[in-house]
Amino acid sequence: MSYFGPGHGACPGCGFPIAVKSVLEALEGKAFIVNPTGCLEIVSSMYGRNVWGVPYIHSLFENAAAVAAGIEAALRVLKRKHEGHVVVFAGDGATADIGFGMVSGAFDRDHDILYICYDNEAYQNTGNQQSGLTPPGARTTTTPVGKRQPGKIGKEKDMVSIAVAHGIPYVASASVGYPNDLKRKVKRAVEFEGAKYIHVHSPCVPGWGIDSKQTVEVARLAVETGLYPLVEFEHGKLVRVMKIKEKKPVEEYLKAQRRFRHLFKHPEGKKIIEELQRIADENIKKYNLLQQ
Amino acid sequence: MLDPLISHPKVGSAGKTGEWRVFKPIVDHELCVLCLECSEYCPENVIEVRDDKIWIDYDYCKGCLICKNVCKMKAIKAEREFY
Repeated sequence: MSYFGPGHGACPGCGFPIAVKSVLEALEGKAFIVNPTGCLEIVSSMYGRNVWGVPYIHSLFENAAAVAAGIEAALRVLKRKHEGHVVVFAGDGATADIGFGMVSGAFDRDHDILYICYDNEAYQNTGNQQSGLTPPGARTTTTPVGKRQPGKIGKEKDMVSIAVAHGIPYVASASVGYPNDLKRKVKRAVEFEGAKYIHVHSPCVPGWGIDSKQTVEVARLAVETGLYPLVEFEHGKLVRVMKIKEKKPVEEYLKAQRRFRHLFKHPEGKKIIEELQRIADENIKKYNLLQQ
Repeated sequence: MLDPLISHPKVGSAGKTGEWRVFKPIVDHELCVLCLECSEYCPENVIEVRDDKIWIDYDYCKGCLICKNVCKMKAIKAEREFY
């Protein structure tokens, strides 16, 4: 049986199984997986049977980082750390909203864990409710589109910068559109001793309103427009970025998804598109993403 | 005694997910150059190499057609399935 075997219950075309598969392949199965509640838990561990070829524990929604810290401390005391890395797979809600305190605590104590957040930009498991990582203007069931409100109002948390601010040795962002890049980042991350954080952008087929075969395409568009920069920080210093060959306008990314469809008709939509374009341009400037 | 509390790894824990499929990916072995891009991106982990050919496990393939979209040689075709 493979590390993340066939026959899981994710929607056809779901993004995060690509990320999970790539991470476990990069670690050659030497991993203890901690997984809070979320899509990944629902699709991979049914009653009495699961799809994991590696040790796996399901924690509560909020305490994945604390459980991982406990496992890491136990492995250290029992002198069994060579058996594998402690890896957390958590969704964006479990990372940025509900489990935020525990994540911050584990980073603060600098436990030797690898925290991977797969970011599908809402609580997709319960049916697309907005989270702290939902981009402005997106339609979710808790930020519906009406006369007054053009989707989500407000900003998106920058989890990568928050993780860097904790002073942990390795922080990176990756995307399911580039699994080889993700594999390299995971291999690089486990060379460090201490807390590591990787943010993986992963499209959601029903929540974002895309076709199942477009998953990889949309993930790549997010990178190519500059809305989702792929960066790498080692000890707080920016060491590598993925350069954009040809910059694309954000409209191209927004048009591919049903959750942004209203922006092209709503009276306030234009303002939000301009705001998103400004965020993308700022990212490009901040990380120097354009190829010279 | 504790057995009902323990979850066992099993291939196909969500059942034969191939039944969900609407479009079936079919590999044209003439065009295929075995770059394994499709296997890299397959969310179901059902694409392998067997006897120097791409082999898809149709028992579990959900037919998302990501493989068709990422194939650089355009060697994967989609075919409508009728039950």
